[in-house]
Amino acid sequence: MGKTVEQRERVVVRFAGDSGDGMQLVGGRFTDATALLGNDLATLPDFPAEIRAPAGTIPGVSAFQIHFASRDILTPGDTPNVLVAMNPAALKANLATLERGATIIANEDAFTRRNLERAGYASNPLEDDALADFRVHRVPMTTLTTRAAEGLEGVGTRDAARAKNLFALGLLSWLYGRPTDGTERWIEAKFARRPAARDANLAAFRAGWSFGETTELLEVQYRVDPATDVAPGTYRQVNGTTATALGLIAASVRSGLPLLLASYPITPASELLHELSRHEGAGVRTVQAEDEIAAVGMALGAAYGGHLGVTATSGPGMDLKAETIGLAAMLELPLVVIDVQRAGPSTGMPTKTEQSDLLMALHGRHGESPLPVLAAATPGDCFETAFEAARLAIEHRTPVILLSDGFLSNSSEPWRIPDATALPAIDPAFATAPSNGTPFLPYARDARGVRPWAPPGTPGLQHRIGGLEKQDGSGAISYDPANHATMTRLRAQRIAAIARELPPLELDADDGAELLVLGWGSSYGAIRAAVRRVRDRGVPVARAHLRHLEPLPPNVGDVLRAFPRVLVPELNTGQLAYLLRARFLVDVRSHAKVSGQPLFAAELETAILEALA
Amino acid sequence: MTALGDALTKADFQSDQETRWCPGCGDYAILSAVQGFLPELGIPPERIVFMTGIGCAGRFAYYMDTYGMHGIHGRAPALATGLATTRADLSIWVVTGDGDALSIGGNHLIHALRRNVPVKILLFNNQIYGLTKGQASPTSERGKITKSTPFGSHDRPFDPLALALGAEATFVARTLDTDRQHLPEVLRAAAAHAGAAFVEIYQNCPVFNDGAFDVLRDRAQGAANRIPLVHGAPIRFGAGLERGVVREADGDLRIVDVADAGEDALLVHDAHREDPSLAFALARLAERPTGPTPIGVFRAVERPLHGAAATRDRERTVADTAALDALLHAGDTWTVA
Ligand code: SF4
Repeated sequence: MGKTVEQRERVVVRFAGDSGDGMQLVGGRFTDATALLGNDLATLPDFPAEIRAPAGTIPGVSAFQIHFASRDILTPGDTPNVLVAMNPAALKANLATLERGATIIANEDAFTRRNLERAGYASNPLEDDALADFRVHRVPMTTLTTRAAEGLEGVGTRDAARAKNLFALGLLSWLYGRPTDGTERWIEAKFARRPAARDANLAAFRAGWSFGETTELLEVQYRVDPATDVAPGTYRQVNGTTATALGLIAASVRSGLPLLLASYPITPASELLHELSRHEGAGVRTVQAEDEIAAVGMALGAAYGGHLGVTATSGPGMDLKAETIGLAAMLELPLVVIDVQRAGPSTGMPTKTEQSDLLMALHGRHGESPLPVLAAATPGDCFETAFEAARLAIEHRTPVILLSDGFLSNSSEPWRIPDATALPAIDPAFATAPSNGTPFLPYARDARGVRPWAPPGTPGLQHRIGGLEKQDGSGAISYDPANHATMTRLRAQRIAAIARELPPLELDADDGAELLVLGWGSSYGAIRAAVRRVRDRGVPVARAHLRHLEPLPPNVGDVLRAFPRVLVPELNTGQLAYLLRARFLVDVRSHAKVSGQPLFAAELETAILEALA
Repeated sequence: MTALGDALTKADFQSDQETRWCPGCGDYAILSAVQGFLPELGIPPERIVFMTGIGCAGRFAYYMDTYGMHGIHGRAPALATGLATTRADLSIWVVTGDGDALSIGGNHLIHALRRNVPVKILLFNNQIYGLTKGQASPTSERGKITKSTPFGSHDRPFDPLALALGAEATFVARTLDTDRQHLPEVLRAAAAHAGAAFVEIYQNCPVFNDGAFDVLRDRAQGAANRIPLVHGAPIRFGAGLERGVVREADGDLRIVDVADAGEDALLVHDAHREDPSLAFALARLAERPTGPTPIGVFRAVERPLHGAAATRDRERTVADTAALDALLHAGDTWTVA
């Protein structure tokens, strides 16, 4: 075809359009094709809170970013190399993220006077010199899509035009040499019951591909080879939601406890309810509760019955669940509470990410009610962290809070599938009736401070538990002052004692590093990428990442004190930094960001260099 | 001491905890009736669970030698839903009060009823907050003077049964704390009901609201004022069954003298009617228990159950590791050598 093929190590593509344009759909499909090709990848969907904000306006823009490479990558990419803009608003909303020289592929059919006005453009940026710094390709996607669908049975012009996102997908698939057969099969399956839509979308996809092949606008096709530095194994693509669901199911299987997820719809945590609802059946059940409080109550009720009780929510829902989490701390029953954090306070920015619930997770209950808190680092890590949260809950009879966030739940990456048989068994160690006639003591503790778990139905162990303070050992109601002090201490000690079974905080340090960058949660990828950039400059630096935030691994104090400077990057106003300063009297410096966007490697690189200056 | 085969007795359901309600509280009579009737069910105590909220009624769980959870204010129906969703093998009872069920926990109550969760909900209605020492409750009458309403309560009270019927509960009944015959009868009917059973029990609080139900509890007045509802029987009451309930042409219910209206004109109670509107009209026959008031089973219909009991997977068997492995590998995968 006379086109040249150029090799690229890594590419960032951003699909942007109106929320009704199906950008998440084509982004997801492009990701699947890329994963199957063996590239390493990371994605970042970015969509508005409104289901359909007014068409053509900036608040209505929905975008999907994918970073793929022939080597291992850590983030969805700071700045796109290619922006696909389906309308003027999509262009305007995303222009600031582009660097000079980036490629813009615009659907010129959508740059009508009306759309330009809605996006707030006084004149057409495709025609003036507003885009002089970029390589702009104007493609009449709507026209070409409708033309491709002409003559198809049952396909009207409007239906055909709606398939323009598949045209864009076809064009990008050509540009980066993504195989087409998988996508065609996917279209056929997706629209199996609507032949007209199937034919229109297939035609649009093929038209996009052949446009790339034949147009003189695009002279170069790019190749991104499969990543070579990945560990051997079988992989699949997961986002944080899927990985969390699988981690919970795995914990259910390995503990033998059926799983109940009770949730109330809330963005972005609803995705987990949807995901687990699809697995209803063998040992998995979900309930859409009447409210957040009921959801956690149902999960706790199931746990009382000897099941794995889980509830998932986001920011405001956590506020509502606090009372029941306190009850679970008092009852000393297993409960997993997943907080998919989002930007707050109040309703805040529901579809945007933040890590601002850390201190609430640790301390957001009345009275002294300590409990373990964990945070997942990457989409794939949600599997292990969810499994670990369930293990701690079951084996230690305690509510556990698992912190995820909007970024993790929606982002996807290739995930090496673990060997199911190699996952550790979780022992619920249910109580059985004492054979020697001694009375059953529901609050007697083992060496770890853990009380027996005797679900209803166990003969001979009938007992009552409740929110009132209880006598050490017998669990009978007690208002004795000394006993309350004892019980408060025992509840704190048993959570603190979990630290003994945690792996030490792993340190990734260069010789002579003056600075430790300590992170938690979803900023893992950005921190690693930033540290890599700093190291590429020949500057030594150290890095560590916390999964367990309560209790902390036993060596955290030693690690902090081993470096003259410590920098803690997080998507809040410095909550972990505050905590570490208070606990360890170390002069931790905070790199805080609260824009609703994830942390970017470039900004953190600058912050690290500044901290070292 | 409940070896299989041995008949259970009341003592098998009495815990060793000292009861701490005020002397003369109606709760004692209810506790005794519940402990006395449970052996009839033949369910071993380890398969019975009492879940309660906050308030005087909330202490009930501690006094039963079954499994029990004293939860938090208003949330017992939610906790019980979680248990019932996962455990079809248990007999689950919720004990609640008017403040617990109708104020702070109103949402959980109506949804447990809507879902037809297989739990029995006993609402001890004393029309007052007892444990917090005497504030108006959502069933307190207008004008009631309490610590929180020194000039009289402004707000219209709920009728618990009307609320439950509005939620289309499948079993709705009312009884009295001290009626040693009627109370166990209603409990029996509730226990036999497969779905959610809602039982309002008028309960006297001698400390903060004494005598609220005297027109029904008092022997002489009670005989004149209790309107017993019996499925399939004409609705009539009074010491000599001289009064009855008829349905007017416009659908309204009215209390009449049987001698005037004639026996054939009396409304025949049909608890199995799918449509709850007649039961609702009966609930509204006496807005307050200050005169003739219906007691008994207002409604008992069958509807699909919520949760474990409703599904084939009653035993909730967990998948094996091979199935987990298949699940982990579902969808598109690729292998890196
Ligand atoms: S305050 Fe009233 S309801 Fe509560 S225990 Fe005392 S008498 Fe019974």
